Amino acid sequence: MTLPFALNIPYIAVALLILLGLYAVIFKRNLIKIVIGITLIESGVNMFLITLGYRKGSIAPIYTSSPGGIMALPVPQALTLTSIVIGVAVLALMLSLVIHLYRHYNTLDVRKIGGGKE
Amino acid sequence: MNIYEILLTNSPALIVAIPLLGAFLTPLISRINGKLRNLFAISVLGLTGFFIFWLAANIFIGKETFSYVFGGVETSTVIRIIFEVDALSIFMAIIAIILAFVGTVYSWAFMKDNTGLDKYYTLILLMTTGMLGMVLTGDMFNFFVFLEITSISSCALIAFRTNQGFAIDAGFKYIVISAIGALFVLFAIALLYSQYNALNMAVLANAIKYDFVDKIALVLLVGALAMKAGIVPMHMWLPDAYGRAPAPISLILVGVTQASLYGVLRVVFTVYGGISEILKVNAYLSLGTIVVILAIATMLVGVIMALKQFDFKRMIAYAAVAEIGFMILAIGTGLYLVGVGSLGADMAFKGGVFHIINDALDIGLLFLVAGSVYYATKETSLDKMGGLARNMKYTTIFFIIGLLAVAGMPPMNGFASKLIIYESIYQASPLLSIVAILSSIMLLAVFVKVFHSAFLGPAIPKFKNVKEAPKSMLLAMLLIACLIIFFGLFPDFIINNIVEPATNVLTGGVLS
Amino acid sequence: MSWDAIFPQISTGSGFWSPLVWSGAILIILLIAIGIRRLGRKDYKEKTGQTQVFLSGNPEYEKEQMHVKASNMYWGFMESMKWLYKYLNKMHTGVASDYILWFIVVLAVLFILIGVM
Repeated sequence: MTLPFALNIPYIAVALLILLGLYAVIFKRNLIKIVIGITLIESGVNMFLITLGYRKGSIAPIYTSSPGGIMALPVPQALTLTSIVIGVAVLALMLSLVIHLYRHYNTLDVRKIGGGKE
Repeated sequence: MNIYEILLTNSPALIVAIPLLGAFLTPLISRINGKLRNLFAISVLGLTGFFIFWLAANIFIGKETFSYVFGGVETSTVIRIIFEVDALSIFMAIIAIILAFVGTVYSWAFMKDNTGLDKYYTLILLMTTGMLGMVLTGDMFNFFVFLEITSISSCALIAFRTNQGFAIDAGFKYIVISAIGALFVLFAIALLYSQYNALNMAVLANAIKYDFVDKIALVLLVGALAMKAGIVPMHMWLPDAYGRAPAPISLILVGVTQASLYGVLRVVFTVYGGISEILKVNAYLSLGTIVVILAIATMLVGVIMALKQFDFKRMIAYAAVAEIGFMILAIGTGLYLVGVGSLGADMAFKGGVFHIINDALDIGLLFLVAGSVYYATKETSLDKMGGLARNMKYTTIFFIIGLLAVAGMPPMNGFASKLIIYESIYQASPLLSIVAILSSIMLLAVFVKVFHSAFLGPAIPKFKNVKEAPKSMLLAMLLIACLIIFFGLFPDFIINNIVEPATNVLTGGVLS
Repeated sequence: MSWDAIFPQISTGSGFWSPLVWSGAILIILLIAIGIRRLGRKDYKEKTGQTQVFLSGNPEYEKEQMHVKASNMYWGFMESMKWLYKYLNKMHTGVASDYILWFIVVLAVLFILIGVM
């Protein structure tokens, strides 16, 4: 039996998020836009992890006072929590480096900062 | 069970736990005294090294694999992480702990005048935890977590000198590359988990069927981990990161890039090593050809760009890129020979794996020499140096040892592994041997240029009063030089006892 | 005691290499070279024309100015390979976004070669 097309929308959203993030990292010149692009890729991958755990007609995997029935897989949700925490740490590190770079070079253009030296 | 048995069976967990605990205790101890903190960091790494060598002796002599289970063994729902230590893992762990220990001993005198040293030693211990966790784990998502721990602490250490703008720029490039690479690794792990409902490497190896989704996961994993290992054309962050970090950090970063190379080996040979014979021959043929083409590009671009530089550490970084090309060439030729079906693949893998530890020691010694030259003269550009051999005799001797080892001259260890690589890739095609020998000769040309312009020549009046490097830096360089000479004079002891069990892990599922 | 116990060797696929035998041979050759050098003449006068440098008749400057700097050392090689270095310099721009562009290009090439073939 074929699944309805509406179940594929999260996967299309994941692909769009990752492609938008890659576009922002490759083609934008502002340092903060590059950091936002990396955050978009991370959000896309996290959403992919959560979407994998869905089973048809399942409810949230919480044991206490659950109304019964099949539950979505809890392991991908644990993996996603770890990945979100790692993403927050990387984001904080990148933004503090951007602040230092602005103090030194007085510009946020990545072509002027990186392409200056040989 | 007496105390030795208890310690030995728990040692995979202790190897990762001791540096982690030390990393969290270091800021507290640093409030008491500065020298006490240095001694504490060195003793924590020494204790970890003791456990690693004890476990290595048991694995290499007893020929068994150790595993340690975090979590429940007898519960009904199985949620656990398994550390699986076989010969290849403990081989990489030995490299990691030697580099970290020597780097910390070297930092005693090198970083003495910097502020913020409590954060420095904390980050070194965290980086060591990440490296050791990456090579010892048997679980894919755990590998991703340790990969991220290592890249975050390395980025903070690369950008350690925040008064220099270009060091922060190098740290920013490193964290962008690491973050995107790790996110693609996580995407591939999610793909594999969705197909087989397993994160453990051994369970995945039994279940992989190599259909279309598995091919996408293989491409993403190999591509992202190869970017972190510095393979052309994704290598351009390597000269920036190695060239602008403090010298002991460049030494430990060599271990980090080789741990990423270990990740590529683990994925290709263990996780994807259990597929059926027909598919495996096809996969290894195409993968081997691609890896050989990338390796030749890496070697040639590495040496050609190295000839042009005039900054000391940047030149050594490009030489490190060329050396990674040697390792990849041997392993790619082994893959291709396995696919074709000839018997020379075993020797090619041995050469590649032996070259991993040789390259770590050689490039490490060169980075330490560059650091001691910077410490004495406060100059990094080779155009302004000259005649340093009159005052810095021991540094010159160590540089000669490093030069001979990197260029592959007898009797150093570089010659032993490069000889095995030259003779084994001759079986695949003589043209590969010609390119490998040519790039070795050009590496010699690169370092002879450095030797002439920095150490030989007349005495420049500005450098008349430079003093020799302090004792702790000389001790660190002496440790690595002794290892280089020992590996060079007794290569058969190393190959039969250390490299051969590691290679059997690679070919165990291939040439059974 | 067999030869292999005193002088161990590693065997590659098509040959062998024994570093201790090589070191012994180099030591003997060095001793012979030192012996030949000691047969030379010792009766030369310092600081006269017998020990001066000959530069095809060109004047000799101060020692510090005669030292060849690092960027000028391989001038012939650099000049003849200028076409290669122009292309490589354009590749190594130093901009962080271009590094990710190369990564995506390699991923695409790998995917075509592995996934389709």
